Amino acid sequence: MKEFEPKIVAFVCNWCTYAGADLTGTSRIHYAPNVRVVRFPCTGRIDYNLIIKAFERGADGVIVSGCHPNDCHYTSGNFHARRRWIVFRTLLEYIGIDPRRIIFSWVSAAEGAKWADLVNKAVREIRELGPAKEFINMKQWYEFEKALGGFRG
Amino acid sequence: MARIGVFVCHCGENIAATVDCEKVAKACAQLPGVAYSIDYKYMCSDPGQNLIREAIKEKNLTGVVVAACSPRMHEPTFRRACAEAGLNPYLCEMANIREHCSWVHPKSEETTLKAIDIVKTIIAKVRKNQPLYPIKVPVTKTALVIGGGIAGIQAALDIANAGHRVILVEKEPSIGGHMAQLSETFPTLDCSQCILTPRMVEVAQHPSITLYTYAEVESLTGFIGNFVARIRKKAKSIDEKLCTGCGECVNACPIKKIPSEFNMGLGTRPAIYIPFPQAVPNKPVIDRSRCTYFRTGKCRFCESKCPTKAIRFDQNDEVINVQVGAVVVATGFTVLESTFFPEYGYGQYKDVVTGLQFERILSASGPTLGEVRRPSDGAIPKKVVFITCAGSRDPAKGIEYCSKICCMYTAKHAMLYKHKVHDGQAYVFYMDIRATGKGYDEFVRRAIEEDHVKYIRGRVSRVYERNGKIVVCGADTLLGAEPVEIEADMVVLATAGVANPGAEELAQALHISYDRHRFFTEAHPKLRPVETNTAGIFLAGACQSPKDIPESVGQASATASKVVALFSRDELTREPIVAVVNRCAPPLYSTCVGCFMCQTACPYSAIEREELRTRDGTLVKTVARVNPGLCQGCGTCVAFCRSKSIDLQGYSNEQMYAEVVELFAE
Repeated sequence: MKEFEPKIVAFVCNWCTYAGADLTGTSRIHYAPNVRVVRFPCTGRIDYNLIIKAFERGADGVIVSGCHPNDCHYTSGNFHARRRWIVFRTLLEYIGIDPRRIIFSWVSAAEGAKWADLVNKAVREIRELGPAKEFINMKQWYEFEKALGGFRG
Repeated sequence: MARIGVFVCHCGENIAATVDCEKVAKACAQLPGVAYSIDYKYMCSDPGQNLIREAIKEKNLTGVVVAACSPRMHEPTFRRACAEAGLNPYLCEMANIREHCSWVHPKSEETTLKAIDIVKTIIAKVRKNQPLYPIKVPVTKTALVIGGGIAGIQAALDIANAGHRVILVEKEPSIGGHMAQLSETFPTLDCSQCILTPRMVEVAQHPSITLYTYAEVESLTGFIGNFVARIRKKAKSIDEKLCTGCGECVNACPIKKIPSEFNMGLGTRPAIYIPFPQAVPNKPVIDRSRCTYFRTGKCRFCESKCPTKAIRFDQNDEVINVQVGAVVVATGFTVLESTFFPEYGYGQYKDVVTGLQFERILSASGPTLGEVRRPSDGAIPKKVVFITCAGSRDPAKGIEYCSKICCMYTAKHAMLYKHKVHDGQAYVFYMDIRATGKGYDEFVRRAIEEDHVKYIRGRVSRVYERNGKIVVCGADTLLGAEPVEIEADMVVLATAGVANPGAEELAQALHISYDRHRFFTEAHPKLRPVETNTAGIFLAGACQSPKDIPESVGQASATASKVVALFSRDELTREPIVAVVNRCAPPLYSTCVGCFMCQTACPYSAIEREELRTRDGTLVKTVARVNPGLCQGCGTCVAFCRSKSIDLQGYSNEQMYAEVVELFAE
């Protein structure tokens, strides 16, 4: 049987992790192709509703990564992200998402190899967890929504 | 309906080797809103850019997606190309299929599918892109320089000589900083004051420089080109216009035994004092915490002796607000006190001094008038031990970094000591000798070979007093860790250079970042070494990390060139990636509920309160408003907003949700 290939979305900041992932490319370090990157100016910008939205739509895992503490391009955006994450994590089980499906990390613009490791680790761990089933019933809702004229935000 | 053009770049073989670019272009052509999709060998080349420009005109495109390298690389290139063809540049986005795809995955079907996914999400984003326009802000062509040491002096002079106004703020009564305290400078052994004091005078006399000594910057608001600084001018208790600097008051003061800050506690000063003879301005201040009149209400000897009646006991601190366009932070550093070192006697032995104290002992204007005499009994020391890396490179002391200047000034100290005490012997305990500047290594060799300074590689474990001598116990690691014991007359510690007390408070007042050692952080350690992450604030000198004089001066001139470049324009344009708060038609006016969570989240204090009123002036509600000049576009407020009323241009909720949803679209 073919191995389960999880779909993972990475929410990353422009200044550190996105640049770090660029460096992974420049250094030609290969990693698993399961991750799709969404670029934000700062981890502070990442609204956790977006993470829930990703899971609703069928993501099996989410990576959130930005600048190391004290390295934020905007001074404190990553601290806000971290604080928000601590609160958000306690709500995850309530909404029915396994907290292990979200991987929070810091990857700086100089840590190309760390980005590759992070992606590989995320893929390995989420593969073990299996496909996300929590929002499987949402599919019908989206078909209904589509019939009404598509996605509205 | 959107008409988006998709341009897939092969980047020679860089992308095409692992991704089937033709297939990507074909797949994208099927997506809703895509009017044109093509692949080409090099999109960034002239013909490639022409392809985009012509397609915009011919196909009447409303958006452009370039699937190529990282937007951090070529986004400006392609946005410019779009602007040239008449399309708003912010309707162009890049899909990164090189760094994030072709370079990190092998040639396979899956890699191509990933590339399609990446382009798909960006197409979804561009569908929601709005035209944006660069923000224009005026520039106040006055610079604020904080700190009047050599770095601040150099920056102020360079900016003023370029024809701009400068406000120089120094917290001590005189400018000059640490350089004024030094005896001679390495590697040339020229007299520090001789090269510094002309610069100090030039600052004082420069028509474009306003000098505020005994003053501190309390806060800074505003943004690049448009800062407002609040400066507290501490009461000097003299009328500077009347004072001639004759010094009668200084002689009259009955309190004479106050340790002099300038002489690092080795000399004394009165309560009304001029810090050193060449001080600029050469006018005294009253130290109110020590003055008898301010403590007991009686005395006023200085007032009775003043020939011009310039003493003002009733003077108050004056707080002024100044408008400036740029700020140079040059607040310098300090050195660890010897009391920090239990192994060297917690500073309880008078003859264990710091490097900066030894500078004062060597200085012709110092407490011993340039003769090398030890502090305890004034005897000429015949054996002096210099200990480098006192604190530096010592994780146990919390200082992992190298203080950089100590190797050189220790060699200088040992050399100057030998020049003054010919029959004396100097020993230097060192870990490594770091002499990496022009003429520096030669200088150290000269100390060793010509002046016969004894260098011992090893660390000192203990310093204690025995029969009036200071015993230094260490090991010589080059002789197999052989124990060494030297009975010295004096010990000089090259204590670590550390951030100034109050560095954190200043950084917070200026909204600039600092590292865990409280040194201010540059925007990029290599490519933007004199800028901070706050636009319009620059760093010069040792407030960023310990530095020697040439480096501080070089950095100061670099900040000056940055400031002058900034001032060369009458207005600035900024990326319009800023947050905006919703405004809508009456009766709602705005969906903002006025909770001001965004205000607590904003690191730049860019969120203001705005009163929304009807036409006849009745207050409807108070809501948030973003000052586009202050906003740097981090978007933290957007994630905070409870009513989803604040949005970030260029990364709007609509765009971000569209990207996420597109990833899983069937």
